[in-house]
Amino acid sequence: MSILVIAEHDNAALKAATLNAVTAATQIGGDITVLVAGHDCGAVAQAAAQVGDVKKVLVADAPHYANQLAENVAALVVGLAGGYSHILAPATATGKNTLPRVAALLDVAQLSDVVKVESPDTFVRPIYAGNVLATVQSSDKVKVMTVRGTAFPAAAATGGSASVETVAPAADAGVSSFVGQQLTKSDRPELTAAKIIVSGGRGMGNGENFKLLEDVADKLGAAVGASRAAVDAGFVPNDYQVGQTGKVVAPSLYVAVGISGAIQHLAGMKDSKVIVAINKDEEAPIFQVADYGLVADLFAAVPEMSKELDKLKAAG
Amino acid sequence: MKILVAVKRVVDYNVKVRAKADGTGVETANVKMSMNPFDEIAVEEAVRLQEAGKAKEIVAVSLGVAACQDTIRTALAMGADRGVLVETDAELQPLAVAKLLKAVVEKENPDLVILGKQAIDDDFNQTGQMLAALLGWPQGTFASKVEVGAGAVNVTREIDGGLETVALKLPAVVTTDLRLNEPRFVKLPNIMKAKKKPLDVLKPADLGVDAAPRLVTLKVQEPPKRQAGIKVESVAALVDKLHKEAHVI
Repeated sequence: MSILVIAEHDNAALKAATLNAVTAATQIGGDITVLVAGHDCGAVAQAAAQVGDVKKVLVADAPHYANQLAENVAALVVGLAGGYSHILAPATATGKNTLPRVAALLDVAQLSDVVKVESPDTFVRPIYAGNVLATVQSSDKVKVMTVRGTAFPAAAATGGSASVETVAPAADAGVSSFVGQQLTKSDRPELTAAKIIVSGGRGMGNGENFKLLEDVADKLGAAVGASRAAVDAGFVPNDYQVGQTGKVVAPSLYVAVGISGAIQHLAGMKDSKVIVAINKDEEAPIFQVADYGLVADLFAAVPEMSKELDKLKAAG
Repeated sequence: MKILVAVKRVVDYNVKVRAKADGTGVETANVKMSMNPFDEIAVEEAVRLQEAGKAKEIVAVSLGVAACQDTIRTALAMGADRGVLVETDAELQPLAVAKLLKAVVEKENPDLVILGKQAIDDDFNQTGQMLAALLGWPQGTFASKVEVGAGAVNVTREIDGGLETVALKLPAVVTTDLRLNEPRFVKLPNIMKAKKKPLDVLKPADLGVDAAPRLVTLKVQEPPKRQAGIKVESVAALVDKLHKEAHVI
């Protein structure tokens, strides 16, 4: 078997999600090739070649790959697909955008959000917001799938020595173009990569009050997240959202503040190692999954937590 | 401009689904069914484009059992002009849905197809992308803003870490994310009016499409339950436990 993994990157750096997808490929078994489609992305290709277990890196460098337009990247992948038994991408916004397009052009099904490899043709994926796990078998000639990063450990980023080959870019489909982007500027870690996450829900009351969480997050080196209720209420942008339709996270510590614990939120964070819930409603469902629950008014508890963290730091 | 919206009948958002004891699927008997929430956003966006004078006609399409007519009627009550049901009792997976929708698109010739980004039952997040691929059209997935211009549409997309905007030549496919709009409540007079709007019923065979599933579900089960832990009495106790017991801070 031979597996093609599509690299997640921003033309400058290889994104960590790629490493989780490589581990999934290792579990399937076979020679692993990583495709870096981008523009001026040589550094990404060099980084991909260092990843343990990767045999070969293919680089397609062209201006029309710079922004990962699905129309162009999918055409490239389809052109390269011959000879691979599996095509994998991380289940990120980019992977979810591009890979179904690849699958349809190859006339095969796609598996979304794979969380477990049972065998080279059988995989487990969550459905119904993670309330249920489906074990699914594919008989297609090429298995195309997105892989949920939190379900697979990261492959070693160094130690490999893959060969790097340049492949000819496919033509620009000419039907779509990149206009611009507004990325949320933050010195905090990315949600999906953070070891600690502090999240707020509707109980925060407004966006201004998220400053309380940011203060605690900065003392912990944590990312700040939110429930869908808080996003729907307009407190914070959508990219803060943790949940089945937002980001799925599994940090070492997840602190849920003023979050009741709707099914769709739990689906996005229940694989966290340690869960803390702070909520004034002791009946809130979040307490059923929390390792440590504190029934308290968050507007008193969060500033107090900030002070306790200072004390802890002072005590070394 | 003509818009086609795809709507799916799914287990209602508020129902806590359970796996069947024999692991063959989830319990759907006597369960409330509704329109997929992301598809409601798709219908709402189409209706707003019509209200803004950008769209002339909206066709709502659903695929599945006869009861999907109810889902189409909801779309008609929200403001769609007519409905098309591709009726089948067979299991439909995203590739088959995309092929069937392509056949409907070729009959209807819309300029824009709007779908929800994913259905809340199977959580695939594929159909819009696959439809765009089969038609050779551009796609604007996970849209939080849609601006229709002359022969083109600008779509602002929810991506990891923020937003990006792409310009797509029409015809195009757009899939909706949560923040695109807030769907309207349907009023009773509109429900009555919707009953009189035309609704055509087709069969997959009429469209000449092989809709056979490609994936076989071997087993469906509930994930292991997480055990509730302990309640702590104070913030100081919490921080202490996290430091000394859980070793996470």
